[in-house]
Amino acid sequence: MAPQGDVVLEVRDLVKHFPLTQGVVVKRQVGAIKAVDGVNFELRRGETLGIVGESGCGKSTLAKLLMALERPTSGSVKINGQDMSKLRGKELKAMRRNIQMVMQDPYTSLNPRMTVGDIIGEPYEIHSEVAPKGDRRKKVQELLEVVGLDPDHINRYPHQFSGGQRQRIGIARGLALRPDIIVCDEPVSALDVSIQAQVINLLERLQNEFNLSYIFIAHDLSVVRHISDRVAVMYLGKIVELGRDNEIYDGPTHPYTQALLSAVPVPNPEERDSRERIVLAGDPPSPANPPSGCRFRTRCWKAQDICAEEEPLLQIRPGSAHPSACHFAEAHDVVHAAG
Amino acid sequence: MTEMISTQSRPAGEAGRNYSGSLLEVDNLLVEFHTRQGVAKAVNGVTYSVDAGETLAVLGESGSGKSVTAQTIMGILDMPPGRITGGEIRFRGVDLLKLPEAERRKIRGAGISMIFQDALSALNPVFPVGWQIGEMFRVHRGTSRAEAKKKAIELMDKVRIPAAKQRVNDYPHQFSGGMRQRIMIAMAIALDPEILIADEPTTALDVTVQAQIMELLAELQRESNMGLILITHDLGVVADVADKIAVMYGGRIVEHASVHELYANPAHPYAKGLLESIPRVDQKGQELYAIKGTPPNLLRMPSGCAFHPRCPYRRDNCVTDVPPLYEVDGSRRSACHYWREVLDGTAG
Amino acid sequence: MSDPTALQPGPVTTDAQATTESQATAPVGKPSSLWSDAWHELRRKPLFIISSVLLLVILVMAAFPQLFTSVNPEWADLKKSLQPPSSEHIFGIDIQGRDVFARTIYGARTSILVGVLATLASTLIGGLFGIVAGYLGRWADTLISRFAEIFLGLPYVLGAIIVLSTLAPVSSDPSRLRIMVIVILVMALLGWPILMRISRSAILAVKHSDYVMAARGLGASPMRIVFRHLLPNALAPIIVVATITVGSYIGVEATLSFLGVGLRSPVISWGLAISEHANYLRTAPHALLFPAAFLSATVLTFVMLGDAVRDALDPKLR
Repeated sequence: MAPQGDVVLEVRDLVKHFPLTQGVVVKRQVGAIKAVDGVNFELRRGETLGIVGESGCGKSTLAKLLMALERPTSGSVKINGQDMSKLRGKELKAMRRNIQMVMQDPYTSLNPRMTVGDIIGEPYEIHSEVAPKGDRRKKVQELLEVVGLDPDHINRYPHQFSGGQRQRIGIARGLALRPDIIVCDEPVSALDVSIQAQVINLLERLQNEFNLSYIFIAHDLSVVRHISDRVAVMYLGKIVELGRDNEIYDGPTHPYTQALLSAVPVPNPEERDSRERIVLAGDPPSPANPPSGCRFRTRCWKAQDICAEEEPLLQIRPGSAHPSACHFAEAHDVVHAAG
Repeated sequence: MTEMISTQSRPAGEAGRNYSGSLLEVDNLLVEFHTRQGVAKAVNGVTYSVDAGETLAVLGESGSGKSVTAQTIMGILDMPPGRITGGEIRFRGVDLLKLPEAERRKIRGAGISMIFQDALSALNPVFPVGWQIGEMFRVHRGTSRAEAKKKAIELMDKVRIPAAKQRVNDYPHQFSGGMRQRIMIAMAIALDPEILIADEPTTALDVTVQAQIMELLAELQRESNMGLILITHDLGVVADVADKIAVMYGGRIVEHASVHELYANPAHPYAKGLLESIPRVDQKGQELYAIKGTPPNLLRMPSGCAFHPRCPYRRDNCVTDVPPLYEVDGSRRSACHYWREVLDGTAG
Repeated sequence: MSDPTALQPGPVTTDAQATTESQATAPVGKPSSLWSDAWHELRRKPLFIISSVLLLVILVMAAFPQLFTSVNPEWADLKKSLQPPSSEHIFGIDIQGRDVFARTIYGARTSILVGVLATLASTLIGGLFGIVAGYLGRWADTLISRFAEIFLGLPYVLGAIIVLSTLAPVSSDPSRLRIMVIVILVMALLGWPILMRISRSAILAVKHSDYVMAARGLGASPMRIVFRHLLPNALAPIIVVATITVGSYIGVEATLSFLGVGLRSPVISWGLAISEHANYLRTAPHALLFPAAFLSATVLTFVMLGDAVRDALDPKLR
């Protein structure tokens, strides 16, 4: 199942710290929000990497770093072997053709003063070398058709469409430059339940049709599992576990992954009393001041002294074939634990 | 604290005390909205009931009327543009819609209370949380300031806010999303209501925090035997906590059943479609089942059955005849002309 | 969630043949931009209709005063000085023996010209600085904002008196055009910070929206982001404030003229007329009240128009 294609995206030791400053005239740095703090992964052609984690784990900052909307504090984002974080000006602009984005909220991600044709056609205006002027309208109409919208609606405005249709417009815009990679940041969570499946199907169809690679950021674990080949679990700026979808879902080794999976309500009332539930205490600590050693130790039931002293690295540990950042990594199937 | 509250007389008055029906009954409720573009029938004949200790899940997507029904029960519907054009809401047998505002205000909070999706905007940013929780006692019970503060701390303990004593004077923005939701729950249960309406209480929260909040609600319900109306669009949450479920679509209830019945064998094509569109492990790599089309526009409702443009079971009469809520068996209802086929699974 | 008032005039699903994927259904109606929606909204507002009819009258008055009066505003007959309204001179005669009606009609041009041009100038200056401050942020924002605050700190009328009495001393005798240009520039100079602040905050409000992020992700240039994405979405509050500003500038012009540092004879202006007759309010109220009424009506017209436009453009209504 896992695609064997070439690596299109390689992220190495990616760090983004937002400085916290004090003082009105002379600003001095008093600390930093460690939004993304040493993230490594790669993505192959045609592959989908799911990224799950709760608010504040850094997944949205990661998306912005991948899109070069933020400059990393350190580390690299290589697209087809070229480090995007080092590029500027024309080179960066040319590079952007390879990576595009679908955003969460279809109501705020489209400029309300532009027609659908202008919105989907904007990529061609910015990268005029992609499509000659005369072709653009036709190309936009093709894109509308590809995402399942009526090509005749090219002159309409976003507010004349429903949420699901607007998300399709956003997808068409992301598709226009025929990128290798599309970063999907919670692409269905703002949509009505009955519309979500339509958009997921569309994303999957487009992936097959155009051999796209997806970074699929979401908090809905069942959706992530459905669409992803591999899944990375993030907690406080770090990936704590990374593996193929069935490795993560059937044999999670990191306590946080286990807690996350067990917290997801299963749409089956027959299982409600037999399911194992790990309810974590408290809230995640602030990314401005993460705990020493393992960042999860303050909420972890397995924590020992070593967890405070030594940071567990994301590596393959005995008893499991996929990397986990826990000193006491141990596979434990929480989803099927019903006995 | 509990003794004090239980000695208070129930605000619904003596008349309702010996009522033998359900604790709360919504009966054929009709609510309209008057907008510039026309009249929207947001709630179009909704009937449901909740008993003490029972959890009713109201499932639906945006525009289905689930929140408007709840706001009407609470008496917090904006009127205008909203207008109640028919039906009854009986609390202990007393029709709330006929009560004078002063009477209803007594029921709000003490008889029926409500928590919302967005705790940050539901709390007042300029007052400490303890003061806001204590206000329930000061306003409804005339409790002294010192006493109200003590009760606020007790309640914050009860909803498991750590270090309640130290945090009672903190302001809402100083709490995390999950903690704010707990504060709102503390306010809602302060007067020991008999019915708690939770309108998407965990939609804005992370899953691990959602699990905490749902556990807290279940525990509070067990302790006080409240009736709980859980308004949500999340099929997982419903399966986890609900006893019975009302599925709403286009301002109507389309299926009403016990949770076990509905998940095992839905009797309405919309409920069936929702359940089938949940990604399942064995469907990996396959196309998901998707309900086609888009949710209806309340200003231009389809004729006949509102779901007919999206329905795989559709026949000609679905376009013309509005289906009544057919009795499937016992308390089970389905608003589909062809519910038998839906139950049998012979897709059209 | 279920607020039907939040529903857009959206699609109606009619055709069940549509496949799962091509669920696009025809939205009812023609393509309509938010601007045209606002226009439809405006056309039905009584406040807008009244104020725009009034504005039209004022504008025609300013452009073609001959249509309203055949009397030459320069005509004077000192013998008739301060005569009350009569059938011959419906607004009466002023202190110099001139026809009040004719001078009031002709005064509209000056007031409109000064109000509109001063607004235009301060909107251009303020808008430009506001866009730069809002878009660039950081030091540019700090610099521009502090600079604007210096101007805002000056008492408007006092500042105008000082600058005007320096640039065009009472003893000097500047030409009509020159004095008008000076007055307009001084008003713009002192008024731009208000429009700068409005446009800055309007830009800030849309700067972080998702569609701007999407455009940046596409590699859009700063020019494209400002002119295609920021400005069209930030224009509404600027238009509203500018409209109201026209009204208040007309009032300011009258104030300055009244104080003797603004326009001066031979320019015909409502402010001047008020100034010249302030001492005759008891004996000949008509010479002051008629131009004052026109002045108030004009100021009110612009304020009403601004209010109506604000209601129509308010995004909360859609």
